[in-house]
Formats: sequence, C-alpha cells, structure tokens
Amino acid sequence: MAKITFDGIEVEVPDGTTILNAARQIGGGVVPPAMCYYTPLKGTGGKCRACLVRVAAGSAKDPRPMPKLVASCITTVQDGMVVENTTSQQVMDVRKGIVEMLLINHPLDCPVCDQAGECDLQDFAFEHGVSTTRYEEERRTFEKIDIGPLIQLHMTRCILCYRCVYTADQLTPERVHGVLGRGDASEIGTYIENIIDNEFSGNVIDVCPVGALTDKTFRFKQRVWFTKPVNAHRDCENEKCCGKVTLWYKGKDVLRVTARKDQYGEVKEWICNTCRFDKKETSDWVLEGPAHINRASVISANHYELPVINPQVLADLPESTTRELERNPPLRLGGING
Amino acid sequence: MGRKLLTEHINVEGIETFDVYRKHGGYRSVEKALKTMTPDEVVEEVKKSGLRGRGGAGFPTGMKWSFLAKPEGVPRYLVCNADESEPGTFKDRQLMSKLPHLLIEGMITGSYALGARTSYIYIRGELLYVLRILEKAIAEAYAAGFLGENILGSGYSLDLHVHPGAGAYICGEETALLESLEGKRGNPRNKPPFPAVQGLYARPTVVNNVETIAAVVPIVNEGGDEYAKLGVGKSTGTKLISACGHLNKPGIYEIELGVPVEEFIYSDEYCGGIWKGRDLKAVVAGGSSVPILPKELILKTAAGENRLMTYESLSDGGFITGTMLGSGGFIAMDETTCIVKNTWNFSRFYHHESCGQCSPCREGTGWLEKVLHRLEHGHGSMHDIDLIVSVAKQIEGNTICPLGEAAAWPVAAAVRHFRHEFEWHVTNPKEATAPGAAYRGAPVLA
Repeated sequence: MAKITFDGIEVEVPDGTTILNAARQIGGGVVPPAMCYYTPLKGTGGKCRACLVRVAAGSAKDPRPMPKLVASCITTVQDGMVVENTTSQQVMDVRKGIVEMLLINHPLDCPVCDQAGECDLQDFAFEHGVSTTRYEEERRTFEKIDIGPLIQLHMTRCILCYRCVYTADQLTPERVHGVLGRGDASEIGTYIENIIDNEFSGNVIDVCPVGALTDKTFRFKQRVWFTKPVNAHRDCENEKCCGKVTLWYKGKDVLRVTARKDQYGEVKEWICNTCRFDKKETSDWVLEGPAHINRASVISANHYELPVINPQVLADLPESTTRELERNPPLRLGGING
Repeated sequence: MGRKLLTEHINVEGIETFDVYRKHGGYRSVEKALKTMTPDEVVEEVKKSGLRGRGGAGFPTGMKWSFLAKPEGVPRYLVCNADESEPGTFKDRQLMSKLPHLLIEGMITGSYALGARTSYIYIRGELLYVLRILEKAIAEAYAAGFLGENILGSGYSLDLHVHPGAGAYICGEETALLESLEGKRGNPRNKPPFPAVQGLYARPTVVNNVETIAAVVPIVNEGGDEYAKLGVGKSTGTKLISACGHLNKPGIYEIELGVPVEEFIYSDEYCGGIWKGRDLKAVVAGGSSVPILPKELILKTAAGENRLMTYESLSDGGFITGTMLGSGGFIAMDETTCIVKNTWNFSRFYHHESCGQCSPCREGTGWLEKVLHRLEHGHGSMHDIDLIVSVAKQIEGNTICPLGEAAAWPVAAAVRHFRHEFEWHVTNPKEATAPGAAYRGAPVLA
C-alpha cells in the first residue's frame, strides 16, 4: 500500500495504482479530467494531457519534485508522494492551455452534434476553458464517413484519443481501423473505405469522448437530455455480452441502447451489437428502473447532484482545504443549475 | 588542428571496404575487448571516458549503459539510432557512408559490453544508399568472422541487422524508434518504463546515436582515461560538427570539444568565416531545435567570457542567454537572413513531423506555423508575437516526447532575441515581404 497526499487530502491505495485512480478514490472535484484514458482498455492514456498534475514530492524516499507536470493517468503512485492538482496554479493554467489546444481544430458544432450533453470535451471545456478563442486560422475538416450501416465517423470532431483503436484491438478479433497520417493531419480511418463489421463494433461509440463516432440508428433523433435513461437487462445469447444496458426513452419509444457508464463516463461491461442496435422494444428487456446519471453535463439536468466527496475523507480534511472547498465548490454549474 | 579519433582515415581510398579499414587499424577494439576484457570492464572504460550521448541530449553514455536492466535469461538489445533527421545535422550520414566499418566495430564492442546477442541499426529511410553501404560492410564483417557465431573464438556471438525507417523525424525519438523497429506506427511511448528496462520487444534496450557508438572504438583502443584527456571539463573527447549556412567552408569537422566558437567560425582551420565578406547575424548551434542566438551571445556568454564548443559553455545562461550543443548541427546565418522567415521554416518542419499523438504538440505545432506564416507574409499583428510565445509555452514540457519542446524552443528563442525583426514585419509589411528582404537595422539586444 502507498499513502499519498492529493491536493492536501491523504489517501491510501495499493501499489501500482495510478495517480488518477488514487484521486478517484477521493472523488469529487479534485479528480483530474481524463479525455483519453479509459480504465477498461489496456494501454490507453498519456495522450490528451488533460490530466497533467504537479508532483511536489516524488516519494518518501526521494522527496524531490518531478521536473515536469506528469500525466496522472499513467504515472503510478509512490509511498509519500505529494500531488497537486486544483491546488496548483501551474496545473490550472496548463489545463486551460490543453482545452484551447483541443478546441482549436474542433468544429464546436455542439448545437447539431449528437454527443452534446454527454460530451467529455464539452464538460472539460466548460470546467476549465475560456469563453473566447485566440485561433483565427481555418479549422481542419474532414468528410463524414459511414463505416458500416450502424456507425458514422465524423473525423472533424475527433480529438485523437485512440480509445476506439484500443477498443477494436481488445474487443474484436480483427481491427480494420486505425490512425492514418501524422500530426494534425492524422485521422481515424480504415485506409480504403471499409466496413467495421463485428459483434462488438458498437462499443466504439460508447468510448468516443466526443461526437466523432455516432450511432446511426440514433443520429438526430433526439437531444440526449430530453431522453430518459432506464437501466435494463436481457439474457443475451452472445456469451461475451453482459446484457446489461441503459435504454434511452422518449415517451414510450426506446431511441437508443448504450452500455452502462460510471460517473467518469467509462463503460465497465461491454455489450454486443444485437443488444445495442436490434433490441429497441421494451418487450425485449427486463427493466430495472431509472438510471442514475451522476456526471457533470446537462444530460443529468434537473436531477444533477454535486459530486460527493467520500465523507470519511472529508472528516480528515485539514481545515484550510475544507474552507477552500466551501469557497470554491469543485464544480461550478453557475450558468445552468445554480 | 586537434586530434581526430573518428575521422582520421575518412579520406583514405577504399576505407569503406573491410580490407582497407582493417589495414588502418580497424577492428582492434573488438579484438582487445573480446580477448582481454570482460563486458563490465568495457562499460567501465566508457564511464571513465566521460563520453556523452552525441545525438543531442548529451546524457553520459557510461551511465546509460550501467542503467540497463540485466534479468537472467532475457535477451538485451543494443540499438543504434541512425535516424539522423534534425535540420542542420548531417554528421552520421557522412560517418556511415565513409566509415561503415567504424560503426559496425562500435556496435560489436558495445553489444559485447552490454551482453546483447542481437543488435540493430535503425537507419533513416531517406538514406537508402547508406543502407546499401552498411549492408555490404556487414556482409564483409560476417565473412571475416567479426559477426555471427563465436566471434574470434571468444564464444561471444552477435547478429547485426540494419532496418530502414519510413522517413519520419519522430522515429529519431528513441521509443518511437523502437515502436517503428517493432513494425508499429512510430509513436513515442509513455515513460516510464524506460527502454533500459522495457525497450525493444519489451526487453532491456540501450539506444545510442551513431557517433556515440563510433566513439566507443577509440575509447576501448586507447582507454577511457586517454579519451577523457581530450576536451574541457565534463565535455570530453571529440565531436563531429556539421557546419552549414552562410560559411566560407561548410562541412563536417571533427573538433576537440573546447574549441572557442569564434575560432570555429572564423579560423581557416574550420569554417573560414562568413561568406561573401558579410557579417554574422545569428547561429543555431546544435540542430534546428535548440535556441537561436545572436552573434553577440554566441561568441561571448552574457558574462563576457568566450563561448566554447562544449556542452557546458553553450548552455551557459540557460535558455535566456544560452543554447545547447545538441547534435552538433551548426547553422550560421549572415546579415541578409530573415529570422522570421527562418523561424517559420523551422516551425513548418515541426508541424509536418509531429506524430499527432498528444494534443499540445499536434495542435500547437500547426498553430505556430500558421501564425508565423502570417507574420512572415506581412499579415501579422503585434498581438501575434505574444501569441506565438504563449503557444510555445503551452507546448513546452507538456508533451509525451521532446518533439514538442523542439518545436517550441526555436520560436521562443527567436522572439526573445529578435523581437525587433518580428515587429518590423508588423510595422513595415511592404518592405518585409519584398523578395529577399531581411531586417538590416541595428540589433536590439534583449
């Protein structure tokens, strides 16, 4: 076990845990954002740089600070490590810069994007970005591509997190898409237009943090915040499929089916394409009740709860930190809810 | 002229063939190491020599070698980084095409020291003709019994392969190189784990520059202590400098570290001064990614001391008034050079070569290039000058690999030392965009 201090909060985690996961044990507003890291997918992380934190002391043995900010999603904890996230101005400034970088070539077409309301980039920009841009140049654009009858790829929105590539690598027998090109000309593609066709391909839609990969059976049907998420399950004949899903209702119609995501937007158990695309009748499912969405975005409008810090941790907080948390609630929802 | 350890015989007719190379004392270090030394003794000599990585970072080679993890029963690798593609650097190409056996000899001795049974030379894809030369030389070395099973009856076996890249600058970054060598897309890896623990095929690996590996030959031949007598302080031995730009005698010079920069530029022994009788404006001392320095600061440090061609002296003053020795790509620019255009040109290169994996570099390099393009073509504003500094700062230090820094440093340094030229482009767009235009007014020192 290793004991680390994260933003003034002490937490004990098993050796080999990453800083990000240690912060998630604390929960609440101190958790660094993650745009490319995805717990269930091996090898993800380190790319978007959204989760950079400052390591003020490397370990109890070697308490020197690390020279550069480190990606918390791939850096493992050391006993006695002191990490600064929201308490470091440098980290906050850099994070603002990362938002800016991610947005300069992003079309900002949220008003017509299906992902709006449950978009990691939208949340990230809302929390850490600025409302103006310094970028005057033309943005990078791509043609939309249909990769099969069920999924559409709109590269213009992509932030190159590589999650869909890892998903295809780890869930499906043969990956037919990957990253082509280099630098800001790189794109997700199948090289020669190809169909991504296998029983688990639909999961790339769930892992996509932005609206680059969308469900063609749901596109433009409804804004996500007007739909009602309901947890349901069925006995799926595909043994690799967990059969546990969230159904998104509008009135009596099931508009789409997704895997269940946790508060960090991560799918814990994958579902097959049959469950996702073909079972859109209530009679196909055993309903469990309303799904609780505890993410920051407008998808949870009207039943949104401020992230709760583990009470046990809260009790141990130094007074200065509690005061700071009271003055600056970890998530500002001013414009929408508060 | 100082001693030449690497290039002494470079102009001998037929030196690229095994027989001629051997006649001029070639492969002595292999004989010496394999017959009279243990691997650890070779590492010890390299440590004593104070040799520092010649690829750019200047990390002590002996220390790098001693970091190599040596778990039982797991193969280790020595990989030679011959993906020389930093603008302004062209020393390795020359060394490999003229003295292929020197590199092979270094690879054998180095591999022996590290206990590697298979070693690789990862060569830049564009250098196809050098690849042919190396392959021919390797075949000769196999035929002569210096490669393959049981070299010189010592019981040590080594296989050496040359692998060409596909022409990406990023594959000169050691972990991207390893990815590429494994047959994957050349994206740098997240570190840790470092290659010394998990490198090629997740095995312990040392990646060294061509010149570093070549330098192992004289170190083993003459002993580390002898090698360390050359040079100044912690910058020991000799270094190949590829001098280019507005010089009377551009070319590759093997210098003893410690030669004053002024002597290197102006003496007839080296570059012979600035061409056409013009005045020097600025120097990029170590390949395009290191900070550019104006004449006043490259010849003398901020404290007024003579600047020497050493790791320490060139970096004196940090990035405020100093630069880096880097890979030894010495680019001299005369008074007719437009610094804005030059910075834009460098920036264009890094934009093109960014792998696109992490967001600050992928988006930032393109942004820098576009704003610099605007400034160079007279459409910029004063605000743009601060913008590029700010964008460079947003990239620097926040990326997976050093390419981000390589893209950010030259821009930041150009504005730091030549802000007046950028401002001149904004205030006199007509004059500044005329063909061949360059700011000729008095330099304004920061």
